[in-house]
Amino acid sequence: MPIIEASGLSKTYRVYQKKEGLLGALRGLFHREYKEVHAVENVTFTIEPGEIVGFLGPNGAGKTTTLKMLSGLIYPTKGDATVLGHIPWQREDEFRRRFALVMGQKNQLWWDLPAADSFQLHREIYSLPTEQFNQTLGELTELFGVKELTRQPVRELSLGERMKMELIASLLHQPRLLLLDEPTIGLDVVAQVTIQKCLREYNQIRGVTILLTSHYMRDVEALCKRVLVITHGKLVYDGQLTGIAERFGNEKLVKLQFDGSDTPDDLHQYGEVASREGPIATVKVDRNRVADVLAAILERYTVLDVSIHDPPLDQMIAKVFEEGRVEAPLAEDTRITASSER
Amino acid sequence: MDSVRKYFKILRISLVERLVYRADFFLTTFFRFLPLITTFLLWEAIYAGANKDDQADFEIATFTKDKMIAYLLLVQISRMFSSMPGLSTGIAREIRDGNLKKYLLQPIDMLTYLIAFRGAHKIAYIATTALPYALLFLLFHNVFDGFPGPLTLLAYFASLLLAFLIGFFFEACIGIAGFWFMEVTSLMYIINIFTFFVSGQMFPLELLEQYPYVTTVLDYLPFQYLAYFPAMVFLEKKQGVDLLFGLGVEACWAIALFLLSRWMYRLGLKHYSAFGG
Repeated sequence: MPIIEASGLSKTYRVYQKKEGLLGALRGLFHREYKEVHAVENVTFTIEPGEIVGFLGPNGAGKTTTLKMLSGLIYPTKGDATVLGHIPWQREDEFRRRFALVMGQKNQLWWDLPAADSFQLHREIYSLPTEQFNQTLGELTELFGVKELTRQPVRELSLGERMKMELIASLLHQPRLLLLDEPTIGLDVVAQVTIQKCLREYNQIRGVTILLTSHYMRDVEALCKRVLVITHGKLVYDGQLTGIAERFGNEKLVKLQFDGSDTPDDLHQYGEVASREGPIATVKVDRNRVADVLAAILERYTVLDVSIHDPPLDQMIAKVFEEGRVEAPLAEDTRITASSER
Repeated sequence: MDSVRKYFKILRISLVERLVYRADFFLTTFFRFLPLITTFLLWEAIYAGANKDDQADFEIATFTKDKMIAYLLLVQISRMFSSMPGLSTGIAREIRDGNLKKYLLQPIDMLTYLIAFRGAHKIAYIATTALPYALLFLLFHNVFDGFPGPLTLLAYFASLLLAFLIGFFFEACIGIAGFWFMEVTSLMYIINIFTFFVSGQMFPLELLEQYPYVTTVLDYLPFQYLAYFPAMVFLEKKQGVDLLFGLGVEACWAIALFLLSRWMYRLGLKHYSAFGG
């Protein structure tokens, strides 16, 4: 049974248009103009237990709004969603006990008290049996490597350590679903990598389903096999991360190391020359022509080394964003069940 | 029963949080007594207007000087139970900065959580100020005619408990207005000034008896139960029918404000959930 089923989810805001200047403000007392903002439009997708799914999109695309609807913070203008078998915006206790939402940069821990006290508070709020709580806590502090830090006031911890504590707090009640909004924003690379590793391990040990939004491609590449891409409130791609390269990357980067101290001047006939440094040149070649181009170059010049890459994921994603509505791949290849996830 | 235990444990943890600020506590307590001294001196001066011979018996609106001092001391106790510093502004702030979401995401109810938290705060506060207050009352013990009878004491504690509830739900309602109004702080300021007089903190409401209808209206409003009424119960100035009537009105207000706060909260959430935080 799917953990999340969203169908036609839409959220439209009526935003009051403030007019400029004093006259505008006065006029605004009597006659208000509203603009309709379609934050989320007709978003439909399904997530199975055990998946780690990335939610990508530029700022303002509707990612956070969708997460808020799935967690019950706001209710949709249209459409339905079922999360863990409940309708999220009814906010039943049963539902709230089984998921967690963590937003990067927003803390829910007590600022002046040690994290351990906040954890205790969580234990009371979620009515967790002591034995189970202590075991889970031990497991998590071990996993995140923060065992000695729990008795320090939260305000004295570094940003990375605080984020780890937030994540631990969100996992204490053993939620079956973890919603993360920009969890590694503002963190240094080491902290990011540690958190990625912990999330991946936790998903494997406990089978917790994770849906995360992130701007950092490294997070997405490290964790997600499947991504949902949203732009302007619409879902434009729902499929494998690798599929993005196949579908939207119509160029390959061909890196050539020529014999000698320089690269030939006429490489531009094969494609856009991305860089030239000493004997090494990188050329963007249309993916269908790679074989032909390579053959031609190898025939004309002496090449010491060749490598072929996909363009960086961000670039391709950015192109997906720009293009807006694109046909999403069909459903058969998008579902990953827990057993095939390894 | 399980949920009662849950909130009691929250109470216990909140207690710890309050006691962290020990220095804060002691300083606040000390400065709380300062205005009291000014008020005493003021009334000394007022009563000094009487003839030397009558001074002990001279009454202003049925209050001798001694009884006036006793009243002012008792009003401190009432306020200890009914004042809710920062409650309304705290709620309004959580609504504004989005921290309200923790009450939506976790299996917890905001009002129940806050009342447990405030209860803990009160217990911690009473515990730490018990000694200074005891000393103060000892110092002025001769203005009192000893302790009232057990039934009166029971009524007194009941009135204090109800004062706590009225104080809480009243400020909670104002805070919840933060769902619709941005400037709850200003509203709170105006209300505080108004309440200060009308609750009897500055002087016993008997002094307003010269004005027609005022005290009658105030009998039906919740404000006097925050300070004036419990003090009067202890001084045995409210007896029999008056006492029962007062307790009755107090209880009604506690219930009414409780229901109002719940209703406003539900409405506010609906409004909030349309816009998100």
